[in-house]
Amino acid sequence: MTNSSGFRLVGKITTLLGLMIIAPSAFADMVLNLRRGVTDISQTVYELHMLILWVCVVIAIVVFGVMIVSIVLHRRSRGAEAASFSHSTKAELIWTIIPVIILVWMAVPAAKTLVVMEDLRDSEMTIKITGYQWRWHYSYLGTEVDFFSTLARSSNIARQLRSGVDPFSVENYLLDVDKPLVVPVDTKIRLLITSSDVIHSWWMPSFAVKKDAIPGFINEVWFKANETGTFRGQCAELCGRGHGFMPIVVDVLSQQDYAAWIDAKDRGETVAMVDSTADTTAEAPAAARELSGEELYNISCGACHQANGQGLPPAFPGLVDSAVVDGPVAEHIDIVMNGRVGTAMVGFSTQLSDAELAAIISYERNAWGLNSGDTVQASDIAAAR
Amino acid sequence: MGPEYEATADQYQADDHDHHGAPSGIKRWLFSTNHKDIGTMYLVFSLLMFFVGGTMIMIVRAELFQPGLQFVDPAFFNQMTTMHGLVMVFGAIMPAFVGLANWMIPMMVGAPDMALPRMNNWSFWLLPVGFTFLVATLFMPGGAPAAGWTMYPPLVLQTGDAFPFLVFAVHILGASSIMGAINIIVTIMNMRAPKMTLLKMPLFVWTWFITAFLLLAAMPVFAGAVTMLLFDQYFGTHFFNAAGGGDPVMFQHIFWFFGHPEVYIMILPAFGIVSEIIPTFARKPLFGYNSMVYATASIAVLSFIVWAHHMFTVGMPLAAELFFMFSTMLIAVPTGVKVFNWIATMWRGSMTFETPMLFSLAFVFLFTIGGFSGLMLAITPVDFQYHDTYFVVAHFHYVLVPGSLFGIMAGVYYWLPKWTGHVVDEKLAKTHFWLSAIFVNITFFPQHFLGLAGMPRRIPDYSTQFADFNMMSSLGAFGFGLSQLLFVYIVYRTVKGGEKASSEVWDNPKGLEWTVPSPAPHHTFETAPELR
Amino acid sequence: MDHTHDKYYIPHGSHWPVVGSCALFMMLGGFAVYLNGAAIGGTVSLIGLALLVVMLAGWFGTVIAESMSDCYNSQVDKSFRMGMMWFIFSEVMFFAAFFGALFYARQLVIPWLGGEGTKFMTNLMLWPGFEALWPSNGPAHAGGEFETMAAAGLPAINTAILLSSSVTITIAHHALKNGNRLLLNLGVLVTVILGFSFIFLQATEYMHAYSELNLKLSTGIYGSTFFVLTGFHGLHVTIGAIFLTVIWFRVLRGHFTPQKHFAFEAAAWYWHFVDVVWLCLYFFVYWL
Ligand code: HEA
Ligand code: HEA
Ligand code: HEC
Ligand code: CUA
Ligand SMILES: [Cu+2]
Repeated sequence: MTNSSGFRLVGKITTLLGLMIIAPSAFADMVLNLRRGVTDISQTVYELHMLILWVCVVIAIVVFGVMIVSIVLHRRSRGAEAASFSHSTKAELIWTIIPVIILVWMAVPAAKTLVVMEDLRDSEMTIKITGYQWRWHYSYLGTEVDFFSTLARSSNIARQLRSGVDPFSVENYLLDVDKPLVVPVDTKIRLLITSSDVIHSWWMPSFAVKKDAIPGFINEVWFKANETGTFRGQCAELCGRGHGFMPIVVDVLSQQDYAAWIDAKDRGETVAMVDSTADTTAEAPAAARELSGEELYNISCGACHQANGQGLPPAFPGLVDSAVVDGPVAEHIDIVMNGRVGTAMVGFSTQLSDAELAAIISYERNAWGLNSGDTVQASDIAAAR
Repeated sequence: MGPEYEATADQYQADDHDHHGAPSGIKRWLFSTNHKDIGTMYLVFSLLMFFVGGTMIMIVRAELFQPGLQFVDPAFFNQMTTMHGLVMVFGAIMPAFVGLANWMIPMMVGAPDMALPRMNNWSFWLLPVGFTFLVATLFMPGGAPAAGWTMYPPLVLQTGDAFPFLVFAVHILGASSIMGAINIIVTIMNMRAPKMTLLKMPLFVWTWFITAFLLLAAMPVFAGAVTMLLFDQYFGTHFFNAAGGGDPVMFQHIFWFFGHPEVYIMILPAFGIVSEIIPTFARKPLFGYNSMVYATASIAVLSFIVWAHHMFTVGMPLAAELFFMFSTMLIAVPTGVKVFNWIATMWRGSMTFETPMLFSLAFVFLFTIGGFSGLMLAITPVDFQYHDTYFVVAHFHYVLVPGSLFGIMAGVYYWLPKWTGHVVDEKLAKTHFWLSAIFVNITFFPQHFLGLAGMPRRIPDYSTQFADFNMMSSLGAFGFGLSQLLFVYIVYRTVKGGEKASSEVWDNPKGLEWTVPSPAPHHTFETAPELR
Repeated sequence: MDHTHDKYYIPHGSHWPVVGSCALFMMLGGFAVYLNGAAIGGTVSLIGLALLVVMLAGWFGTVIAESMSDCYNSQVDKSFRMGMMWFIFSEVMFFAAFFGALFYARQLVIPWLGGEGTKFMTNLMLWPGFEALWPSNGPAHAGGEFETMAAAGLPAINTAILLSSSVTITIAHHALKNGNRLLLNLGVLVTVILGFSFIFLQATEYMHAYSELNLKLSTGIYGSTFFVLTGFHGLHVTIGAIFLTVIWFRVLRGHFTPQKHFAFEAAAWYWHFVDVVWLCLYFFVYWL
């Protein structure tokens, strides 16, 4: 062991630590930390996070400091002679008790926050959220309003394997949906979260809400947003092939705007979102032209039934050997438009236009060697609506 | 107190009449009952699996290099993540520790071999069966398992033909671990040399002793959990289905009752290894030997009552969330005791920095960082934000890669001269260390930021705001992976030849293993060594 | 076996472990293939099972032969004992997983589905009308109406059988230690007979459950826990009974001495373990 290699060690460790500290400032525009969010809870959580972070940093400085001093000073190359002590009850007691005190001190505010988070009383409105592979369904209790919320078209096209679309050209890539959840500001909103198939998790970082959607059970959480705006999150529990592609967008509107929105919705009107970037179809480069039935199929159906129509049995049946695809057209149209209750196969009538549905169904009936020769027209779909 | 050793090294000449070096040919390995040969097989197997699991995650990191899907289908991506987790945990880390245990425990306690040598052989030869099942799933209709290494239902029930193979692979690996654990427990309880009292055992032996009990208590529960999955899938039961009165979350409870002790199974032996190495290179007895033992035992006991900290978001009752938060935080205390003891061992020592020591120092630094992020995760209300993000991925790779893996590397560099009789090329080894230590941080440190900024784990594609850190992390991962090729080369070279190692190898290390020649003879301690 | 008495016996290479691995490969791999719907897998699985039996016979045969030729000193004996004890401990943990599932489902899941605690909406919106009662086959009445097995009938007889078999094996053990070979022989034989009667009655009980009570594996969580717990127990009784049968033949050959009879004790411990598991089962599954 040589003198210089020891010094190299210290040198390298300090450079390394230095780099870690400097590196963040080099990326000043990037998000490095938890966001503060827009609810009281999310602010508290942020503060708790910073508290523990600093506690850890301080302990780290002390612990690593002592270690580095020891590495620098107590090295043989500096002629250090080894002492022979091997225990000290006093020291050991100190470093058992001090951490306990620190931990208790951290546990108290954490426990308090948790208690507040679990207090669902006095909520002013309730929304039921159901996870599907791979979209969210929102249902406003006490109204007629309910809808699916799916990955925005522009992102969906760009995210296909080797799509050729540059994700940087897509606004809010993978964090945008066709229909966001719309809620009023300054209102305690209760969420009832469940799932129709596998476990999902509804996560809205800006509200510090993350709750698993468990089939057969309803979990409850609440939030109360202090600001209007559009907030984005994602499904946080692995739920299969499309797990990365079921974002969550919440539009927080002023109370008046919300009242107007829900009113119109309740009367069954389609409303342009007041404050939403939801309909980005026009901006997506690939959507500038009309998509073929095959492309539409790959985007909307391929996730489950696969591009080659083989499906992913046992969960998702193949269409190649399907009696439906090979059978009467009406039944085929029916299942694609309305889905099959209780399965992952949801209806697509609200998500796709007549022409698109027709193109997909025509494609299916003639692809993978089926060659039935059937063509379905948009008018057939319109008639089925 | 701590152990003191003074074996009479000349017993070797005394007892050489019986037999023989190693038998030759394939039978030596297939039929082996020798702890050293079996240990070697475990270590080689684990290195192989490390590369298999590493290659899988390189595919993941390549896909995550940039936003957009460039290389693989999302379904395949999930298979790679899942298999990486399974292969690394059950194929790389655990067998490596068992291999080290096989090589070192009999030598360290002065035993002629493991207590149950034939069963020892079976423990090893079950592994190839389990991993044949697991790896074969890649080629089955529906692909490999893709529901995460945690295999939560109902998602895991969507697995294709791979499903029963996954379940049976777990059964077989579990059986292997249980037999291995029994062997280690019995060896330690029954095979110690006279005067090797429990509180004289080297810490590596102690930590493995405690780990073996964790295995014994945890693995059967895991086997039970996957058995229930199998029954739900094929025999109509309703354990994890609400319609029949079951609950998918119940699986998570059972899984993590196993899973959390499992993560300590992957760290305690590493604690033992660094507790051997630091005193040697600080030239000072281990500080607080007894408290080290008690701390390890407390960690083990606590590890059985913290499991639900992996499930804070499933909607448990408030009381349960509070309980699991407090109990989890408590683990920081005994773990802290260990960290402080290592530092106190270095304090006023006379340190040198050979490769095993470098890996051990990096272990103490970086494991502690991983421990801190673990503590942050334990704070329930904040875990709601961290959970299932890359912050968690960063946490567990800090404890697993520069933690468990560096611990293993440290141990290998420390004992390799003893196994092979050749000194390791320090220059190459140090290069390997520095490359590993730098790249591991480039790989995993940015993942903290990704997680905090909101990137979920287990996603094949991400929003553009995460692009820079992902690229950095991927570059680090490629660098780290390639650096490991150097490790293989170093081990290969040392096995093949090089400067002859003395029986002590290092500067006055403590422990019975250093009283026998290097390479250690095929049979050690056929008669028990005498201890002071 | 040229080893001296006071030396720890380290066997030379053995091919049985590798044979065992091949056996498990075929048995479980074949079964997996079978579950995936290819009948050939079943055949492979059975061949694997047969091979496993061969392996066990061969392996234990070797050990018995070594034991009879005095290769094992008392330290080896102790290793075997400890090994068996910790093996049984791991078995206890295996059962603990299923008991855990039973308690969790019964104490938490069913009440939650019935709307207890924070799960009021779960009941109201997803499972309206479901009442939290035990036994239960869940809100969807999986498997249809069913009756539970009365604790007083066959299960009570089975309890008596297992309890008395525990007594007989203990009598045999004492007889062995006192050198009373006739009593030993009888004790083991009676235990074996009781063991197989238990299995027979258990099978009868299952048939009764399936044909008359409509109680099946698929009968919701009750049927799941009931059959999986009692089924794995039954499997262990079968293993234990076979183990004891082997011991009986060894007794006939005069294998055990008052000082050295590890295999006998291992079988006895295993039997007691199976017995204790049954008592828990009887209490928690049938009675409560
Ligand atoms: C080797 C493996 C290992 C180890 C040792 C640990 C150690 C710890 N882990 Fe980690 N953990 C994992 C492997 C490991 N973990 C894995 C694999 C996962 C993810 C699984 C998955 O989902 O796939 C995970 C996930 C995980 C979670 C769940 C996160 C989530 O999914 O939301 C939590 C939450 O509490 C947690 C906590 C901890 C804690 C508190 C420790 C503690 O033991 C750490 C204690 C150490 C220290 C604290 C540092 C040293 C102490 C001091 C210097 C003393 C002074 C300190 C203070 C007083 C602060 N871990
Ligand atoms: C147990 C130990 C262990 C180890 C050692 C590792 C090692 C590594 N892990 Fe892993 N990891 C886990 C356990 C482990 N991991 C677990 C349990 C999960 C969770 C799984 C789940 O979500 O279910 C996980 C998940 C996980 C993820 C998250 C994936 C996702 O959520 O989608 C990532 C992402 O970066 C990652 C990265 C890495 C990297 C870069 C390494 C590197 O250290 C690997 C380095 C090794 C090699 C690269 C192999 C050797 C070299 C070659 C083969 C030469 C060729 C190399 C090149 C071409 C570059 N791991
Ligand atoms: C989230 C997964 C998913 C998506 C996306 C999906 N399907 Fe399906 N589909 C299913 C499942 C699951 C079934 C089986 C339903 C059942 O069990 O009856 C199914 C069934 C079908 C069937 C009937 C097959 C049969 O033989 O019974 C057709 C036709 C079909 N889907 C067409 C489509 C089309 C067209 C699209 C896209 C516009 C689509 N699916 C999108 C999951 C999906
Ligand atoms: Cu839904 Cu992930
Ligand atoms: Cu844990």
